[in-house]
Amino acid sequence: MAEETAAALKAKARADKKKKNPHVWPELPFKELMCAVVVMLVLIVWALWLDAPLGEIATPSRTENPAKAPWYFIGLQEILVYYDPWYSGVILPSIIMIGLMAIPYLDTNPKGVGEYNFSARKFAMVNFLFGYFMWMFAIVVGQFMRGPSWLFFWPWQVWDDSGHHDEVTLFNIDNKTSIIALAIYALVGFVLPKLLKMKWAKNLDWTRYIITISLLLLMYLVPVKVVLRQIFHVRYLIATPWINF
Amino acid sequence: MTLKEKIMGSQIWKSIFRHDFEDTPSNRGKVIRSNVFLHLHPLRIPEHAMKIRFTWCMGGITFFAFLVECITGILLMFYYHPVIEYAYMDMKYLQFDVPFGQILRNVHRWGAHLMVFTVMLHMLRVFLTGSYKKPREFNWVIGVVLLTLTLLMSFTGYLLPWDQLAYWAITVGTNMGAATPFFGVEGPFPIVDKFNDVRFVLLGGTTVGANALLRFYVAHVIAIPAIVFVGCAIHFWRIRKDGGISRPL
Ligand code: HEM
Repeated sequence: MAEETAAALKAKARADKKKKNPHVWPELPFKELMCAVVVMLVLIVWALWLDAPLGEIATPSRTENPAKAPWYFIGLQEILVYYDPWYSGVILPSIIMIGLMAIPYLDTNPKGVGEYNFSARKFAMVNFLFGYFMWMFAIVVGQFMRGPSWLFFWPWQVWDDSGHHDEVTLFNIDNKTSIIALAIYALVGFVLPKLLKMKWAKNLDWTRYIITISLLLLMYLVPVKVVLRQIFHVRYLIATPWINF
Repeated sequence: MTLKEKIMGSQIWKSIFRHDFEDTPSNRGKVIRSNVFLHLHPLRIPEHAMKIRFTWCMGGITFFAFLVECITGILLMFYYHPVIEYAYMDMKYLQFDVPFGQILRNVHRWGAHLMVFTVMLHMLRVFLTGSYKKPREFNWVIGVVLLTLTLLMSFTGYLLPWDQLAYWAITVGTNMGAATPFFGVEGPFPIVDKFNDVRFVLLGGTTVGANALLRFYVAHVIAIPAIVFVGCAIHFWRIRKDGGISRPL
């Protein structure tokens, strides 16, 4: 009797599982096919409507102004305004790639897998989305609001040199002040979350904590530099004959 | 016997399709299992994973865009010579002489933009659903590599029309190579000169020229796509090895 009910329960569990895990055929391949058809239609209409751009033949002696990177790299080109090429063009993109790859090994919060759950992963969500939308924002500014010599223009303004771009003189903060400021910035970043006993900080071991904070400090340094330059006209925090930052 | 029964009962048909099409659970399994492409799927998956609302189908659309690029790209290769004497003329030739050449080029160009755009959205979706967490960490890493390669694939293709836009965009981009610390001639602490730094490796020269066009061409049409293809194979295989599409605990 007992055996029978156990068997029946097992059978029921199996049936339940099957019901929750339906066959992929035909539903999923059908949906995939429909996605493919829609995408193909969109591409064909797009291609009929707009021609791929083709400029004049490449002439090495005639510089293009502005010379814009393709849109997906324009975010980095936009950051060139704020950091020298060794950082914005080489080091920063490398850190971004390595940082992205590190995410699964840094985020030890087991919650929110397989569902859109913001509240269980606030820390991860806020910081990732900040970086993601900063990328999109830099792309939009670079693509639509930069004219000759990478000057700022609203999309509805004509690209001219008629003087509404007042030359601002930029200055460098002296190195000692900057190093102290950066040290304070780092110190606050490392100490504050632990001091405030943030939940995510408590759940990270030291290695993960240090790497996470370092990456985030570097990420937020980008908008910090934007503000410093746009509002306070700072060019470099650290200026040496060999390297500027 | 109707014609249909005759065809479907023939030895040829049966050697290709090893199941009939009556809608039974066993056939639903067989359809998937006996087709090498459909077999990328498991036989059953959780209901939520089948919803467009969950995956946005973004990985699938990215892969589809990649396939479109491969096919249109191969067709374009029939008309394109990666030498500076011809490259730009070939674009004009495609636009004005080759039947459907303009639309072929358009689909290839916009398809590339689409692929970059959808791979970005796919990464966002995977992040928002926490799908990179244990045990899927490494598939996320492979994903980041695929994202990088997708960008590079698009970037190398950008030079090929050999117009002003291409020339100066690639000049700006590869100048970053020269800014590399230690290994770029214009970067901090150079230990190289302009004939052996990173930019030289990228361009096969100190400026964008014939060698750069050839290098970008080879990278664009074979080297990077081949790696992306293998990368996708690993990516898809791992989705299943990591326990299938992510689901709530
Ligand atoms: C060429 C680029 C890529 C292709 C063709 C691709 C394709 C796919 C496909 C078809 C899936 C199945 C589910 C879905 O459609 O969402 C998938 C899942 C996944 N992808 Fe990608 N992907 C690419 C790039 C990426 C990137 C950039 C990342 C992350 C940085 C990533 C991480 C993942 C992960 C972790 C899964 C498992 C998702 C889950 O279990 O819910 N992939 N990918």
